[in-house]
Amino acid sequence: MNGAKLREKIAFTVLGFVTLLVILPILLILYYVISRGWGAMSWEFLTQNPRNGMKEGGIFPALVGTILLVIGTMAFSLPLGILSAIYLVEYARDNLFTRMIKLSVVNLSGIPSIVYGLFGFTVFVVFLHFGASILAGSLTLAIMSLPVIITSTKEALEAVPMSYREISLSLGATRWQTIRYCVLPYAIPGILTGTVLSLSRAAGETAPILFTVAAFYLPHLPRSVFDQVMALPYHLYVISTQVPNVPEKFSFGTGLVLIALVCLMNVVSIVLRAHFRKKKQW
Amino acid sequence: MNRKWTETVIEAAIRLSGFLLIAFVFLIFLFLLKDSLSLFRVYPFFDFIAGTKWLPISEPPSFGIVPLVMGSFMVTAGAIAICVPIGVAAALYIAEIAPGFLKTILKSLIEVLASIPSVVLGFIGIVWLGPFVKNLFHLRTGMCGLTGVFLLAFMALPTIITISEDALASVPRMYKEAAYGLGATKWQALWRIVLPAASSGIMAAIMLGIGRVIGETMVVMMVTGNAPVIPTSLLQPLRTLTATIAGEMGEAVSGSDHYYALFAVGLVLFIITFILNFTAERFLRRTRR
Amino acid sequence: MVEQDAIIKTLDLNCFYDELQVLRNINLEIYRNEILGIIGPANSGKTTFLRALNRLNSLNINYRQQGVIRFEGQDATQIPDSVLRRKIGIIFAMPQVLPITIYENVAYGPRVHGVKDGQRIDALVMESLQKAYLWDEVKDRLQTSATKLSGGQQQRLCIARTLAVEPDVILYDEPCSGLDPISTARVEDAMQQLSQQYTQILVTNNTKQAARVSHRTAFFLMGELVEVDNTQVLYTNPSDKRTDDYLTGKFG
Repeated sequence: MNGAKLREKIAFTVLGFVTLLVILPILLILYYVISRGWGAMSWEFLTQNPRNGMKEGGIFPALVGTILLVIGTMAFSLPLGILSAIYLVEYARDNLFTRMIKLSVVNLSGIPSIVYGLFGFTVFVVFLHFGASILAGSLTLAIMSLPVIITSTKEALEAVPMSYREISLSLGATRWQTIRYCVLPYAIPGILTGTVLSLSRAAGETAPILFTVAAFYLPHLPRSVFDQVMALPYHLYVISTQVPNVPEKFSFGTGLVLIALVCLMNVVSIVLRAHFRKKKQW
Repeated sequence: MNRKWTETVIEAAIRLSGFLLIAFVFLIFLFLLKDSLSLFRVYPFFDFIAGTKWLPISEPPSFGIVPLVMGSFMVTAGAIAICVPIGVAAALYIAEIAPGFLKTILKSLIEVLASIPSVVLGFIGIVWLGPFVKNLFHLRTGMCGLTGVFLLAFMALPTIITISEDALASVPRMYKEAAYGLGATKWQALWRIVLPAASSGIMAAIMLGIGRVIGETMVVMMVTGNAPVIPTSLLQPLRTLTATIAGEMGEAVSGSDHYYALFAVGLVLFIITFILNFTAERFLRRTRR
Repeated sequence: MVEQDAIIKTLDLNCFYDELQVLRNINLEIYRNEILGIIGPANSGKTTFLRALNRLNSLNINYRQQGVIRFEGQDATQIPDSVLRRKIGIIFAMPQVLPITIYENVAYGPRVHGVKDGQRIDALVMESLQKAYLWDEVKDRLQTSATKLSGGQQQRLCIARTLAVEPDVILYDEPCSGLDPISTARVEDAMQQLSQQYTQILVTNNTKQAARVSHRTAFFLMGELVEVDNTQVLYTNPSDKRTDDYLTGKFG
């Protein structure tokens, strides 16, 4: 073996080893959370209120709260994100307005989640008098989710062949009819995948909901969108740092449910993508 | 006529949502600015930006953000120093060396990592990594800069790996084939040709990685010990910009100087990440071309 | 055979992509119910001319146009896109069908124009497919996907789809370039039959096809209209030497 070949062999081995170094902790963390949290899993854990200073009972209100927040986030970010992406792909000309939108998407994607929290607090909670509420929290998470939804919707729209648009327009359809009947139906899988992905991120976020919605302890379900709720990520933060002597399996159990929820959403998005890809005919 | 009406309404909605996006960025900036200015009316800007003491509830209070900026800077520098070489190496392996099936598995695992909520990693830091660091360096507490650095480096990996891998994959095949034609080994082609050709995409990855680390809140709040003093070593507890906002907002009285000072910290974060993202976008555009 | 009444008329039509001028001062009249062939080598501006007529060029943001196009005596810029494109349909070079059923492909146009009555759509679909000589081949499988048809069938489906919105003019952009000789013959048959009712403009690279099908033929070269005349005259006795050179294969 000559020098160059030997160097190649060494380099590739090192690269492979480094990659293992990245992967191993991921598996280790998953194993650790699952094995320690499994003991807490029970029907009771998922469906009961926390009791006795959150040292007993379950995580039901936090689970429901997170699900409500995800739904609320989707209600705002999905239409806004899809419409913006449609603008960028189907309507935008190369002008100042378009460039500003693109720049805004880039910057929204980089703003730290805690800054979203501050913004949501000062605008939705204080300025618009929503108070700390599902509404304020959902709006905050929605703005934060926009960049991912827009980027993936844009990609999905751009993947629809130009010829579909030409066919429709050449038959005298208007621009919106063309988008509605000849573009969107074929872009839906990509849009859904991106949306579910961004919602799964929103489900796991803590910083944006700290001051906009999350309740420390609230053992009943909300009655309106102006109520506060507990949320899984914040609950995990609370029981692992703010409340002493919570049994470890409860913390791990909460973490496990949170990871499971996020992973479940990811799996849903992967299944959706595969399902639509099979049906795709072009 | 009906068709025309629908068309007009929908197109207006589409334009409006584009306009809203721009409005959000402006609003975020304006609201942060408005509340920050309320601080600077009573507290000198220079003392804020160059003050070395963050003592928001002593009398008189002191809102110098140097300790917080240093805290953020140290954990970010540490995390980036660890995750850039590892991330780029892993990206090289995934993009150029790993066989097809392994590539899929590796990429899915990276996606799993990207989707683990930061609060879960923070929790892992408390129960596992913190005590580990404590025993390793014989510290009084494991809740210190280094624990944060490890976790942040880990969290930034997906960003760095995914974007670098895209950059590597978009280097034209021809470049490599030309190198092979001259008798280079695969490694020589990667090291001398592909890596330099992807450098601006990798720069973008690093920028976005830095943005990710600076902006991360929960992990640093949970594991770095939250001492707002100028850190001299990563083995000490320290406090970042993000953790300060998250940790103190709940206690700050609405409308107090302390309250406005936290918005000023938010403004600083906003400006830093704005610049990072803007630069990253520049690099990315260069790759696409 | 051909009424001498212009349905479309271009006056000093100039077309540009950015700074590149692709058509220069085109003055051309298209008569009602004729088949006008447009021939010329690649990049002579034929397709741009065709797509200028139903304004599909404007989808390209770099496109600019000067001059006047009159449709039925009216300045075409006064007609909304959707109305103009309905009146002037187009068949693309490669058969372009939507990945939906045969029936839905044809019904798409009438539906977007607000036809809701199911029976009326049924009738339009049948009529259009018959006119395009496709009905007999597909009548038993209207609900199968259009992508399963052969290339020639797909192209006739495209014709049927255009007919279903009841246009006055049909543009063909090298409609047979991807088809075998038998499919080509079928498409040409359909065109012959349609000339009773429609004005048709056929852009083609194939000079023989223009000779077979068109009543008049125009020769485009490097963005200019060199000449236009009755097909017989143009092919046997062209007045410009460049036309003769092209037809005899000296270039192109």
